[in-house]
Amino acid sequence: MLFFQAILKLAGGVFISRDIISIRDMNKEEIEKIFELAEKIEKMIERVKILEIMKGKVLSLLFFEPSTRTKLSFETAMKKLGGETIGFESIESSSIAKGESLKDMIKVVEKYCDIIVIRHFAEGAARFAAEVSEKPLINAGDGGNQHPTQTLLDLYTMKKLKGDISNLNVTLFGDLKHGRVMRSLVYGLAMFNAKITLVSPPGLEMDKGIIEEVKEKFDVEIYSSNDVKEGIKNADVIYICRLQKERFSDAFEAEKMAKTYKVTPELLEYAKSDVILLHPLPKTNEIDLMIDFLPIAKYYQQVAYGVPIRMACICYVMENE
Amino acid sequence: MNKENENLLVRKIEDGTVIDHIERGKGMKIYKLLNLKEETCILLTNVESKKLGRKDILKIANKELLQKDIDKIALIAPNATINIIKDWKVVEKRKATLPNILVNIVSCPNRNCVTRMEKDVSTKFIVEKREPVKLRCFYCERVFEKEDFEELFT
Ligand SMILES: [Zn+2]
Repeated sequence: MLFFQAILKLAGGVFISRDIISIRDMNKEEIEKIFELAEKIEKMIERVKILEIMKGKVLSLLFFEPSTRTKLSFETAMKKLGGETIGFESIESSSIAKGESLKDMIKVVEKYCDIIVIRHFAEGAARFAAEVSEKPLINAGDGGNQHPTQTLLDLYTMKKLKGDISNLNVTLFGDLKHGRVMRSLVYGLAMFNAKITLVSPPGLEMDKGIIEEVKEKFDVEIYSSNDVKEGIKNADVIYICRLQKERFSDAFEAEKMAKTYKVTPELLEYAKSDVILLHPLPKTNEIDLMIDFLPIAKYYQQVAYGVPIRMACICYVMENE
Repeated sequence: MNKENENLLVRKIEDGTVIDHIERGKGMKIYKLLNLKEETCILLTNVESKKLGRKDILKIANKELLQKDIDKIALIAPNATINIIKDWKVVEKRKATLPNILVNIVSCPNRNCVTRMEKDVSTKFIVEKREPVKLRCFYCERVFEKEDFEELFT
């Protein structure tokens, strides 16, 4: 999307180009449209394993930073739409390592394909690539900034498993300070007027700037707490994310926090019986292994929803092509 | 210091630009951000001022500032006035006002921003708040305050 078009859009103007770069430039209607598409696709795929919507089209996966899961998910999505994929993973296998600029790379690759999916270590790389590219582009993660298809699949999972998002109490649990997943998710949840509770160890709270922005923009209440039992009490959804030990200054503190903020069968005694647990994966040990076998653990189902969501995203950006 | 002595310090210039009403202590920052390597300059700091109590003044001989320079000044010293001097006289007075969008005025304080790695990209910032100033980078989407940019000119 060109800069002036993006500005137009920020000002509430017309939607010209179709890229998915950031949850921050999407509105509820657009997201609902993607959800509708995903549901249609899910039904179609039940009958026919491989669709023909993207037959003859090529999607290129430019993964300047390895992320096997996301790459596999997009590959599966394009293949199930009947299209082809090309691409690379990791910087060593790309010519950027030899000093080629991102701009030149995009100008070359767009000649080979119909749609670009990019993952890059630099924040804003997807926005820049979309500015340069004549082909529609989807951001599959740009440094610590955005990963919009993750947020879309998170919201879609909640909608599919628990119904209307605006009626849900959602608790975001764990390290809310680092990583883009929680920050984007809080934005998406607020857009759908969910009731949000943030539970994190002291020192790993979500950035105040984001909470204020979201409150101001969507007029929602957000509760923050360090108390795990209190924080999960009313939750319909508990969204857990990885708690890295390196984030704590001393080992003793890290051990203590890892114990307090671990989701265990005992802790879940304090939650509603029909709560569901989500996690962006990969997980380490923030969830007790026993829980994986419980019906409330929905993170593998969540991964599965990634495919129809990414199929819908591909169709959505390709609509005018 | 009495008025007379101060006047001795504050030498007039024949042609050029006088940036007045710079917040006290920010004069050197303005000097640095304007990248004045060739020009003859006088920097006055801690000058008495009715408006600000104390202020800095930067005089640049034989130079007219570009709009780009004025936008930069507006970011670091929002109260500054720019006086254009010709033949010892002030011929024009301009207020440094921050535009709604800053294109290629300052670099992004975020080291991991694509604008710091890619050669062929101009920085773009959207002014989200004016008091206090909050700018969002169009690329990395981070929000920055005046102080984050000041650090770029130290
Ligand atoms: Zn930036």
